[in-house]
Order: sequence, then structure tokens, then C-alpha cells
Amino acid sequence: MSADDKFDAIIIGAGPAGSACAYVMAREGKSVLLVERGVSAGSKNVTGGRLYTYALEMVEPGLYARAPLQRKVVREQIMMLGKNGAVTMDYADYDFGGEVPQSYTVLRAPFDEWFAAEAEAQGAMVATGILVDELIEENGKIVGIKAGEDEMYADVVIAADGVNSLIGQKAGLLGDITPHQVGVGIKEIIELPDDIIGARFNLCGDEGAARLAVGCTEGISGGAFIYTNKGSVSLGIVFNPEQAGRNGKKIHEILQDFKMHPAILPLIEGGTTVEYGAHLVPEVGLSAMPKSLYRDGLLLVGDAAGFGINTGFIIRGIDLAIVSGLAAANAVIAAEEVSAVGPLYAKQLEQLSLMPNMRLFAGWHKIMEIPRVFSEYPALANDALKLMFTVDGSVPEKMTSAMFGIMRRHVTVGQILADGWKGFRAI
Amino acid sequence: MTIKRQSAEELLGLNKFAVDEGHPHIVLDKSICAKCQEKPCLVVCPAVLYTLKGGEINFDYAGCLECGTCRVMCKNKGITSWNYPRGTFGVAFRYG
Repeated sequence: MSADDKFDAIIIGAGPAGSACAYVMAREGKSVLLVERGVSAGSKNVTGGRLYTYALEMVEPGLYARAPLQRKVVREQIMMLGKNGAVTMDYADYDFGGEVPQSYTVLRAPFDEWFAAEAEAQGAMVATGILVDELIEENGKIVGIKAGEDEMYADVVIAADGVNSLIGQKAGLLGDITPHQVGVGIKEIIELPDDIIGARFNLCGDEGAARLAVGCTEGISGGAFIYTNKGSVSLGIVFNPEQAGRNGKKIHEILQDFKMHPAILPLIEGGTTVEYGAHLVPEVGLSAMPKSLYRDGLLLVGDAAGFGINTGFIIRGIDLAIVSGLAAANAVIAAEEVSAVGPLYAKQLEQLSLMPNMRLFAGWHKIMEIPRVFSEYPALANDALKLMFTVDGSVPEKMTSAMFGIMRRHVTVGQILADGWKGFRAI
Repeated sequence: MTIKRQSAEELLGLNKFAVDEGHPHIVLDKSICAKCQEKPCLVVCPAVLYTLKGGEINFDYAGCLECGTCRVMCKNKGITSWNYPRGTFGVAFRYG
């Protein structure tokens, strides 16, 4: 291809950010090439996971209804695991399952494949099975990509190549990823009949549950998750890799322990594991984002840009990826000259509330840096409830002194105050 | 009991891989690995593809989940080259 018939935009990576971007640009008449290294879009991607629907609605109202989503989430559950038990908080909110349900559980292989096909239907050219090796730079400006022997040119290249963005690094916008910035997530897909999922998680029809758990990571910063899908559940753990490296126990073994925990096993018993996946996730939000999300001729979107929010009780990434893809598309569409695209993208990220969200939650990851959140506090909660519910015929210790004893066995008053203060400052 | 503790090997056996024979996408310099004290790759690789045999680090790229954890954790740079597999090769998640 000569430079004369170059694309308006080349997007690297057909995940949610890339496909959202391609969809909107193609719909507005731009010539778009969406390049994906997997044999199909989604075949390299893994999520916990769920999708907050509003993001798809921003791309196109009603789009979510066409998507191969799993179950609409109406139950939010948090578990604190003890050695041989669990304290579970189960919040059901049927408003979340309303006319346009707030969120759905999702599997990335079918979802991403669908979304890329939607972009294609809008007129984008989708090329799968192609690994982008290099960026082509001319006079300090990114003008195209190199994949094997092929060179392709565009006004703008959009790096949507995920958390481990080799393209973002080659462009000089990203440095080496530090272990502090990311979590490593591992998960099993376990097939289970829908009626059993419904019965075990208290769900009717296509309702779903999202469950997070702490106290199952050997004290490593991180937590586990179970998301109910159609005919399967996604079960996994996200770890801080640095602490996991020091811990000495294989993270794969820790996931197996979690799976066999007496409070988890009854949820999945009778099921069959059909896939084992792993992925990195941006963990610390704003603080790990690059100084600039663009340079002349190149934009970073989605995980490659570091868009991720982890509050401990909700984890967001796919919705932010879609919104950033939309922001990039809007910028390309609105720009009268190429040099205006980057600043317009930054402006769009503000207007679409993405950066304000990132800033609001900027400190929340610090809660996850309190080590006691992942072992002492879950153990304390379990011991406290054990005291309250144990009846064995003997005369129990007086409740107040027993509770104080339990607390002191796990943490000091000073630690509670320090952690409380740290938590308060973080939010 | 149908749900049971499974080895990483068993779990990887459930996945679909198109192995790019003769083209490892991750390359080690074992002499650097030999000097590495911590060897975090042995515990953080979700697929347990880094193993110690006779004091030497061995790595099998065939079951790689392409997560990038080893790349992030390899501080002594025994991993001399880390790339994604060539297009269409490597793991292909059917659920993700």
C-alpha cells in the first residue's frame, strides 16, 4: 500500500477499547483498520469479570442488547474467608437488573469477537492473526505499523494492545511495568448447569451474582472472585506479583486451595473446569498512568493507557476501556488536522467523565496496601462470629472481654487506628 | 467429587494452543538465571512453566498464557527477549 491510500486510523488490538473506537470511527465514515494478533478477536483476552452496561450505551444506545452478555448482576457479595468458614455479605438490589441492567457478567472470547464483528459491520476492516512488530515513525511522528513484511500507514495509530503494551513502550509513552502497578489474575471457567447456579446463588432466570473474597491469598495483597455466567462460573484470584514472588507458594496452588475451601466448594461442586486463563490487570489507577496518553500520530486507550479502577468492592476496566476508545474516536472525527487529535483526546477523556473518575478513585489502591486487609481482618471477623454463634453447653467467656481478646489476637489497637486513618485518607 | 485440586499441567491441557514450533516468544539466558537468588518466576508464573532441574531454570513456552507476569517480575533480566507469539500462534481462549 502506498502512503496515498493510507487509513484514517489503525487500531492495534481488538479488545473492548479497540473495537469501540473502530465502531464509532467507521460509523462516522472514517477508514479504519483494526489489527488483532489472536486467531479471532477475544482469543487472547481474559476478564474476571463483568461489564458495566452504560459504556456500551455511550457507543450506541441499545448496543448492549445485541451483545453476548452473560447474566445481569443483581447480587453483590463480599466474603471474608477464615480457615474453615466465611463471613458473607450479600447485597441484593433488583433495581440493578432494571430496564437497562447496570452490569452483566461477561466472557471475553465471545464478547470481543462480537464487538469486533459489530465494528466490521459499521465498515471497519478487521484483520486477525496479525502481530504488530513495530511502529513506523517519520520526523518524530507515528505514521503507521509494521507487521512482518507488511507496512500499513494511517493518520493516527491507536494502541489498544492491553496492559502489557509493547506498542506503548516502543512509542516511548510507557516505561517498563513495575510489579507494583499490576496484579496478576488467574482463573478457571467451571461449567455448571444454570438451574444449579440459580439455586446456589439465589438467582432467578438470567439474574447474576458477583462475589469477591478476601482472606484466601496467604496474606498477599489481592482477592478472589466468582462471577456467575450462563452455564458456568468464573472463579479466580488476583495477586500482587511482588508479594506473591516473596511468598514462596505457587499462585496456582493458592487458587487450588481457594477452590477447595469448604465455603467455596459447595458453590462449584459438580462442575467441570473447562479453561484456565491468566492476565495482568492495571491495579493502582491514576498513579500508574503515563504522563501523556498521546504523541503525534499515536494514542493510548484502554489497559494500555492504564485505565482501571479497583475500590476493593468493585473492579472496573472494560467500561473504562470502551469509554476511552469512544473518546479516541471522537477526537479523530473532530480533528481538522492530525496534530490536534492528541489534545482533543485528552479533552474528550474529561468530557466523558473518564479522567474525573480516575482522579476521584486515585487513592483507593492505598487501602489495598494495608496488609492486614488480606489476612488479619478476615480472620478477626470469622473469630468474632464464631464466638457469637458457638453453643457447646459450657459457660462462654463474657462477650465483651472475649471480643477484646479476639481483636488483640489479630491486631493491636494502634494498628486498627493506623489502618483506619490510612483508609480514610485513601478515599 | 467432580471438583478437585488440579495441577497446572492438567489445567493447561484444557486450553487450546497453537504452538509455534521452533519459535519461542520468550527467551532466557540461563547463565543469568543461575545467578538470580530470588527466582520469582518459579512461583508467579500461573502456568508453572518455569521449573528448576538440577539447579538450572527450565522454561517451556508451549503452555504460555501470555500474561506477562514473568516479564514484570524478572528483575535480573534472565529473560533476554519477551514478545507475544506470532499472529495466530499461542493460546486461544474459548471463554476468556
